[in-house]
Amino acid sequence: VNRAIVISALDNVATALEALEPGETIQAGALSVAVAESIPRGHKVALRAIDAGEVVVKYGSAIGHASASIGAGMHVHTHNVASDRGRGDLAAAEGAR
Amino acid sequence: MTQAFLGYTRPDGQVGVRNHVLVVPTVICAAVVAERIAGAIAPIGAALPHLAGCGQIGPDLSVTHDTLAAYTRHPNVGAVIVVALGCEQVIAQYLADTARQAGKAAHIVSIQGEGGTVRATARGIEIARGLAVELGRAERAWCPASSLVVSVKCGGSDYTSGLASNPAVGRVADKIVDMGGAVVLGEIAEIMGAEHLLAARASAPATAAHLLRVVRRVEAEAMALGLDIRGTQPSPGNIRGGLTTIEEKSLGATHKAGERTRLEDVVPYAGRITRRGLTVMETPGLDVESVTGMVGGGAQIVLFTTGLGTPTGNPIAPVIKITGNARTAQTMADNTDVDVSAILTNAGSFDEAATRLFDELCEVASGRPTASERLGHREFAIHRRNATI
Repeated sequence: VNRAIVISALDNVATALEALEPGETIQAGALSVAVAESIPRGHKVALRAIDAGEVVVKYGSAIGHASASIGAGMHVHTHNVASDRGRGDLAAAEGAR
Repeated sequence: MTQAFLGYTRPDGQVGVRNHVLVVPTVICAAVVAERIAGAIAPIGAALPHLAGCGQIGPDLSVTHDTLAAYTRHPNVGAVIVVALGCEQVIAQYLADTARQAGKAAHIVSIQGEGGTVRATARGIEIARGLAVELGRAERAWCPASSLVVSVKCGGSDYTSGLASNPAVGRVADKIVDMGGAVVLGEIAEIMGAEHLLAARASAPATAAHLLRVVRRVEAEAMALGLDIRGTQPSPGNIRGGLTTIEEKSLGATHKAGERTRLEDVVPYAGRITRRGLTVMETPGLDVESVTGMVGGGAQIVLFTTGLGTPTGNPIAPVIKITGNARTAQTMADNTDVDVSAILTNAGSFDEAATRLFDELCEVASGRPTASERLGHREFAIHRRNATI
């Protein structure tokens, strides 16, 4: 049974199908990734290091960019990924400047 | 042509999967009387209680008018009673005429005209009972899948939606379109981030441009508020369920419109779906407003995927609930019609799930009640475009 699923070969994240714990390894094609921190079921784990500002890819498409650098095997979620769409807050901050 | 389900062929050539007496209040002031009339002939009676019909101007008024009119000509409706107050903006005669043009019996009951709640309710119930007897004589006949207009919708999404239930529904969408039917996808905000995939499947460059224009407009409207759309998209429940951004939610959500259906048309809220293949409708992301609009456009049935579980139904169209989350299938068993969680445990395949879903679709189209129908879920909400004046 898969513990994590990678949808497209272009993806730099996998989705955990069960809660993952540090010390275990997930298999993504030929790549084996050591889980670096607890990943709740349904959440994403980085398949490789993702630099701050780099695009995060799932389903083969961009889902946002890394707002902090993310190490391989780390939890990828709202604390280190920012959306690039519908960001009226950024536009407002830009206008106020 | 392959016969797929037992439906009601209407005088205007459309095919219904239900045969309701629709009791439509022109205005909120007539909603209670309409509900009492419909309740007297439950479950064949279907009321459309809504919050508008007066105090409206411009596009807000026309959306209300158009949505109510769309329900009066809907193929799941066999006959119509319009309940008016008597001094409102929405025109009862227009709604009744729309129903008659579609070949349906239509009556108007005016609360001020009848002389109050008691007399209007009694008059309405008398008419409703007569109509119910007439509709009871109608018989279902075999109809081809090409006569189906199926709404695809997701709500209460989690990680299983994009990985299991939406792609499973997408395979059914592909099959319906292959058989000559139509599929409608709403929720423009939840196309944001995946619009390039749908635009690439447009049958004409103008249709692709139309879709991109609509998505840009909705994004600009959200941004004009000076706020971050992340306050609602993804929702707090989506985020707990593992969805990080609207782009991720959208990419998972658009799977339910199929993998190879051609985008044929983009229509306004509750606008008539006239093309076979895939139509995108401009609806907001709120589930009930979205389903209300897509059924108004002519969808007879809704395939609704959920990760966290949700009860949403519709007054006239059956809503089939599908989950890819095995826990939700148990904790929300009351509200769940089809469990496709085997896809994620490798115990089942997408093809097996799609076959089960298509069979369920045909059974429900032929009359089997869904969970939302059994539980009396008849949510109805018209999209409001501006403030009440």
